[in-house]
Amino acid sequence: MNILIISYLIASVTFILGLKMLSNPATARKGNLIAAGGMIIAIIATIFLYEEDGVKLGNYGWIFGGILIGTVAGTLAARKVKMTAMPEMVSLFNGMGGACAMLISIVEFNHLGNFTLYPPLSGLGPTEIPEISKGQILIILLGLIIGSISFAGSIIAWGKLNGRIKDFYFKGQQVFNLVMFGLIIGLTAYILLISPETVEFSPTEQPNFLVHHISNRAYLIFGVILALSLIYGIFFVMPIGGADMPVVISLLNSFTGVAAACGGFLYDNKAMLTGGILVGAAGTLLTILMCKAMNRSLTNVLIGNFGGSSAASGGAKAQGTYKEISLSDTAVLLSYSNRVYIVPGYGLAVAQAQHACHELEKLLTEKGVEVKYAIHPVAGRMPGHMNVLLAEADVSYDLLKEMEEANNEFASTDAVLILGANDVVNPAAKTDTTSPIYGMPILDVELAKNVIVNKRSMKPGYAGIENDLFFRPKTSMLFGDSKKVLQDLIAEVKNL
Amino acid sequence: MDNFLSFFSVHQQMIYIVILMIFAGIEVIGRVPAVLHTPLMSGANAIHGVVIIGAIIVMGKAEADNYLALILGFIAVIVGTLNVVGGFVVTDRMLEMFKKKKAP
Repeated sequence: MNILIISYLIASVTFILGLKMLSNPATARKGNLIAAGGMIIAIIATIFLYEEDGVKLGNYGWIFGGILIGTVAGTLAARKVKMTAMPEMVSLFNGMGGACAMLISIVEFNHLGNFTLYPPLSGLGPTEIPEISKGQILIILLGLIIGSISFAGSIIAWGKLNGRIKDFYFKGQQVFNLVMFGLIIGLTAYILLISPETVEFSPTEQPNFLVHHISNRAYLIFGVILALSLIYGIFFVMPIGGADMPVVISLLNSFTGVAAACGGFLYDNKAMLTGGILVGAAGTLLTILMCKAMNRSLTNVLIGNFGGSSAASGGAKAQGTYKEISLSDTAVLLSYSNRVYIVPGYGLAVAQAQHACHELEKLLTEKGVEVKYAIHPVAGRMPGHMNVLLAEADVSYDLLKEMEEANNEFASTDAVLILGANDVVNPAAKTDTTSPIYGMPILDVELAKNVIVNKRSMKPGYAGIENDLFFRPKTSMLFGDSKKVLQDLIAEVKNL
Repeated sequence: MDNFLSFFSVHQQMIYIVILMIFAGIEVIGRVPAVLHTPLMSGANAIHGVVIIGAIIVMGKAEADNYLALILGFIAVIVGTLNVVGGFVVTDRMLEMFKKKKAP
């Protein structure tokens, strides 16, 4: 038992240390491995050393079977997933954690009702019989509610990121969500106020023994709370625009942390408690930091005016005329520039064009052109998405410039090549106070002499907002799939 | 109400841990650069996979005739492991690429 306590202590320390190291680029990878090591210690110690009322755990076959299946599936999924699909993978794994917390609560609630025998208490009236701790019921319910919201929400976020689920919004949805949330809280209070258990003499098993049962009514309400929480999770994420998914995933991530911490209370387990609360707190702060990077408030993201109302305000704007540029003109322009900035966006990630992009960059550099990348903090579907993507193609770290540095250099840049980015270069963020992205810092590509925009079509970006940049005189459009366009461009540059 | 208060006094230690961990969590990631937001989220995601311990306990103490506990516990162990293993492996993959970048 002592070794178990020490193992949990080690695990808790590794979680804190790991998280600390993860927030510094130099130590991040080691931090992840340290936390993983602590987790393995905690898991092994639990399997072999945990005991409740002096009884060790059984069902080793089931436990190891489950761990084996989970390990193989998890490793395969995490190894095989494409870089573009990383965000949705994180969301999916987060949902699994939520589901785990939800299932634990279901079993534990059922457990409360099943076997609570008391020896014959001849002198006591029914009112003096020890009750099931309401605190414990509350913790089980919290784990259930938060876990299932996180599970359902993460699955929706996963579906949205990979395009299987479209934005869905109906009038009065905010009210609907509030009512659902109120119902969940109300029912939770109700289950705690009524006596969820009935006490009766056990007629069959052991005569004159008292048995606690969870009443049928309490079971029913428990089921309703579970269903409502799942539905709430779905409708909570549904109306939020795809561009905000990283923020939502981060928020759900911290939810799952709290759900795990509920398990810590339930089992008086300090490793679960520290790990869960740590992630709950850090995840909440991270969510706020992500919002800050986009210069938006969390309420703004959650109320979801990004997905719903923005399309209307953007669509109403009159479209100007835009001009196209041919591949060969682009090749000439880029080859004879002194300094070129590439602005990558989600389109690049979707087209898997990072390798072609790196090739073009090398080719131009050989010709004496100074090529750099301007990385907007929220380019792509997640902060840091572009860094990871370009790193996969071996693009040198030194060439990736953060927004502020790039903005200082655009004025002395001959050409900016925008590859599948849209909202992060939209001037409406600076000028149009009615725009949903108003106030978000953007890359001031207009300061450069020429702007070439590669997009598949004139369709608005993920946030659903028209982009005035495309109609500006300095801007030329180069339509097509990023990968194909880049490959053709490479051929053109080589032929010059 | 007494019932609740006794719960708090029984779990006094735990409540102290909760409060301290909230501060630790905020403090620890306070100055993370934007590039690391995604890996950090993914790493935190793996850490809350510690909920697997609860799943193992549920599974381990399920009686042989309690099919609900057996089946739900088994699924809980699987999804919990998915969270832990998948989370750490994905994070490592993301960070592996950061490292490559740093090499000269």
